[in-house]
Amino acid sequence: MSLSLIKSYVLTKEMATKIDLVLAAHEHDGSQLVGILLDIQELIPNHYIPEEIAYYLAEKLDVKITNIYDCITFYSSLATTPRAKYPIQICNSIVCKVNQNDTIFTTLKEILGIDLNEVTYDGRFTLESVACFGACDMAPAVRINGKVYGYLTSRAKIENLLSELI
Amino acid sequence: MEIVNVKINNIPLKVEKGTKILEAAKKINIDIPHLCYHPDQSIKAHCRICTVEVVGSRRLLAACSTEVWEGMEIHTDTKLVRDTQVGILELILATHEQNCLTCSRNQNCDLQKLCSRFNVLNSNLPDVTEHLPIHDTNPSIIRDPAKCVKCGRCVKACKEIQGISALTYAGRSDKFAITTAYNKPMEETDCILCGQCSVVCPTGAIVEKDDTQKVLDVLQNPKKHVIVQVAPSVRVALGDAFGLPKGTIVTGQMVTALKMLGFDRVFDTNFGADLTIMEEGTELLSRIKNNGTLPMITSCSSGWVNYMEKNYGDYLEHLSSTKSPQQIFGAVSKTYYPEQSGIDVNDIVTVSIMPCTAKKFEAARPEHGRNGHQDVDIVLTTRELTKLIKYVGLNFESLPEGQFDSPLGSGTGAAVIFGNTGGVMEAALRTVYEKYTGKELNSVEFQEVRGLEGIREAIIDLGNTKIKVAIAHTIASAKVIMETIKAGTCDYTFIEIMACPGGCIGGGGQPIKTTTDVKQLRMDALYDIDKKNPLRKSHENPDIIRIYKDFLGEPLSEKSHTLLHTEYHKVKKSHDFSYLKTE
Amino acid sequence: MSKTVSFITKNFGKYDVSSIGSYMECGGFDALKKAITLSGEEIADIVAAAKIKGRGGAGYDMGRKLAQAKSVIAEKKVVICNADEGEPCTFKDRTLLENDPFNLIESMIITGYTVDAEDGYIYLREEYCHLRPLLLNAIRQAKTYGFLGTNILGKGFNFEIHLYSGAGAYVCGEGTALIESIEGKAGRPRMKPPFIKQCGLYNRPTCVNNVESLSLLSHILLDDNKEYQTYGMGDSIGTKLISVAGNVRNPGVFEIPFGTTVREIVYDLAGGIDEDRPIRLLQFGGASGKIASSKILDTPYTYEDLKRSGVTVGSGAILVIDDRTSLIEFLQSTQEFFSHESCGQCTPCREGNRHIKLFLQKLADGTHTEKDITSMKKIAKLMAMSSLCGLGETAQSALVSAMNQFEDVFHVKSSEVQG
Repeated sequence: MSLSLIKSYVLTKEMATKIDLVLAAHEHDGSQLVGILLDIQELIPNHYIPEEIAYYLAEKLDVKITNIYDCITFYSSLATTPRAKYPIQICNSIVCKVNQNDTIFTTLKEILGIDLNEVTYDGRFTLESVACFGACDMAPAVRINGKVYGYLTSRAKIENLLSELI
Repeated sequence: MEIVNVKINNIPLKVEKGTKILEAAKKINIDIPHLCYHPDQSIKAHCRICTVEVVGSRRLLAACSTEVWEGMEIHTDTKLVRDTQVGILELILATHEQNCLTCSRNQNCDLQKLCSRFNVLNSNLPDVTEHLPIHDTNPSIIRDPAKCVKCGRCVKACKEIQGISALTYAGRSDKFAITTAYNKPMEETDCILCGQCSVVCPTGAIVEKDDTQKVLDVLQNPKKHVIVQVAPSVRVALGDAFGLPKGTIVTGQMVTALKMLGFDRVFDTNFGADLTIMEEGTELLSRIKNNGTLPMITSCSSGWVNYMEKNYGDYLEHLSSTKSPQQIFGAVSKTYYPEQSGIDVNDIVTVSIMPCTAKKFEAARPEHGRNGHQDVDIVLTTRELTKLIKYVGLNFESLPEGQFDSPLGSGTGAAVIFGNTGGVMEAALRTVYEKYTGKELNSVEFQEVRGLEGIREAIIDLGNTKIKVAIAHTIASAKVIMETIKAGTCDYTFIEIMACPGGCIGGGGQPIKTTTDVKQLRMDALYDIDKKNPLRKSHENPDIIRIYKDFLGEPLSEKSHTLLHTEYHKVKKSHDFSYLKTE
Repeated sequence: MSKTVSFITKNFGKYDVSSIGSYMECGGFDALKKAITLSGEEIADIVAAAKIKGRGGAGYDMGRKLAQAKSVIAEKKVVICNADEGEPCTFKDRTLLENDPFNLIESMIITGYTVDAEDGYIYLREEYCHLRPLLLNAIRQAKTYGFLGTNILGKGFNFEIHLYSGAGAYVCGEGTALIESIEGKAGRPRMKPPFIKQCGLYNRPTCVNNVESLSLLSHILLDDNKEYQTYGMGDSIGTKLISVAGNVRNPGVFEIPFGTTVREIVYDLAGGIDEDRPIRLLQFGGASGKIASSKILDTPYTYEDLKRSGVTVGSGAILVIDDRTSLIEFLQSTQEFFSHESCGQCTPCREGNRHIKLFLQKLADGTHTEKDITSMKKIAKLMAMSSLCGLGETAQSALVSAMNQFEDVFHVKSSEVQG
């Protein structure tokens, strides 16, 4: 499914205008590439950077496409392939692990019917296992589109969280 | 300069302040092992195999990047250092495609040399080699990521020499790799196939496409009449692989070797170069006289033409329409030569030996052929010729000197200096000056166009007018000039551009250990051959005079146009956003 | 009985974090006003006298760092606040940013003044992007009030603060990698030399400091009574923010005076272990820290005492794990982290992490051999000795200390096949 999504992405004028605004906000400064990529990723419904847009940026910012590709593949917060409307980032590091984060992993996999890095049929959710994001005092925690949800120690709490995300 | 006292393995040594440990050790013939270090590139310091012990430091320090300080005590041969070096080699080998016996760089590989130096025997590490697919979709360069040791030399070459950055680092941790943007085939990226990456690669991860078997097949076919043309840069580089001092002129032995390989005729690309000057010089004078597009830019460097077609597709009329010497020779070999020799053109196979990987791509262009066959059928790099010579077991150093054959084997001194940056310009000026002024040159040498600076300028006095010329080598320098043309601020009349640093003598198909000092030796050698040649101007070559008289008519004639001139094509961008601008 | 103090945390909860006026009402920007009456060298001396070690983990003497940065003669120097707190179990900088953002801004301006820098950069990890509005607001308001911009407080001193975001790479907490990221590239560490104090961001002389280190600055400058020096033990003067988490009842950030014992931290401040279970191990300083058994409980939390016990302060993180998690599971989780976060450019770290992960799996499966253990030790040493940056150097700290402290876990069982 994802492969065809990548190939068919076409940069519309509307999206190009939005991107141009982001570039203007960053003063068309190629050295602000990381911040620019993060902002653009937020414009894309599935929270990734399509190849087409990467080439557009290369042209607009006069930055080498190889540098843009390097940045997207280097940084964990940037993706080259489509994710979902709500990428659920589950902390996999030791503090959350010793606080039974496997409850979160198994519960979400079961409720949503997907494995890690897979996307639900409606494009709403994907599951990602990520490194510590500093919510250790609220372990076990997940992060969705920049918001942290902690203390997810029971199935009920997880179901409650999902119901908020339409 | 401030002098610093250091000790390496208890040997005292005085070096200039700012010297790196690696360079200091070299001065006393201590060779600290290295992989990512290359003398012509900025330092990377990430292979870590050059790490050494320094008294006072709790960790090992990289010799390539650490500068010596007063009183520094360095140890390069302790157990800790050796264990680390072996450990790093074992780690590299665990992920390296080890098919040395069939690898293009067998016996010419830095990794092999390090392994044999460090006696790497059995390692307890599991084989974690990722057998990634080989990228083999263009005529010039093959990438084999499973052999990459991630030294980064290719990335630096493409970035620092060419300013193109077609290759990049990507990913993190064990996904860290050297690749193109979006893993596209090189020819679909900004890559111009110049091969500078292949010259610096320590292993077989980036190599030229090996066409030696094709040549052997055709040589062993009794029905085929196989002719070969050899570029000027090859004859001052071929000796490298046979233990001769760098820059040795081996023209005679090279010709003999080619004859012994079985080529029916051994010709000289210099013949093509002299023809190039006739056509291009006349073309320049015609543009000057008839208000044609100026500046005119040379087009013999195939990598440079690739760059123009990909990046300055709206400025192609600046390129000289004259073909490169390889292709001019090729066209002549399939028209004039059969006429002269009586041999059926369908039986003729034209092979060229070039210091260049992009020439393989050039020879395969559809426009460089006629009647169902290409003008140049197979291109071999200097490196492949070396392999062929070893393949048939010739003792190169002791071969007697041979002579090029007629009628396509003669070249003037002007032709031979094509291999140097500034050489094409100088050759052209020798003819242009005399044609324009009608006077003989006092001195044929134009020292002002020689040298290794990235961009050089000169003002040439043509009697009743002066023209400003420029010479650039490497794409990074070429871009500077192209931007002035784009901006409309360029005041040059004629520009020579070479894609490779130093010109063709530093080409992407030359022997692997080509560094800047080696290039200087090769340049000197070519200027030397020129000096010793009684004929130093292209228009004085009797074979050239004859081909015009008997076959072509005159420069820029209709026949010359058809055979010796070409057109260029703007390469469509992989992602074109012009549709966004329409209202 | 509270074992915490309020020196660096004294402003927490005392003002509206979105209002500079509110901050100024409780003494905000008084430190800056005092700083501009002093010279840069004097400020560096005050910091040196308080013996403050860098709070990011490297522990370099901050007074000396400021003095060195001041002494570099150049235009356009740079100060950077490293807010890329990525060490697992470390979340103290987060609390400083959440509860006292104006203090950080003020401290950065003071640092810029001290070392003669014109530009300050805050590099905030992407995972704290919800704090961007807070910081941007603080910067904007500081500018409106004339604490940023040109001729600040009429002293002819110019300073701007720029907020940059990370994008999910722990390695960008390393100074040179952080700089690469601000320059718009992948955050792969640079070789040293050259050192960033001469050649850093855009090749300008650069001084990088941790959030906590910087936040201390304002308080130290206003500490005429030297209250800071009344806390601590031995050479470990003052207070430290620690972040305690894991199998403790009350995980959180605490400001403790140096000298508090580990037992007091774990049982008094952090409420003891879940279900009163026995401790398996403690890890000090984050994932790159060494581990200890419960024998360390009575050790005072100071640089020297921890060092004597084979661990370090590092980032101030203290991870407590009970017996539900095995040592191998812990090591595998730590290895997973480093395997994910290694930038990959240098051979020892990229390949070393790859192989240790495989060996640890063999350990978990019980299929390891003596040769494997030897290989692990070799690789760990190689990484510590020859990696390009601190990540590779410390990635195997936990493993090496585990091999020393819990030898029996690594023994090959005699019934298994020998290597």
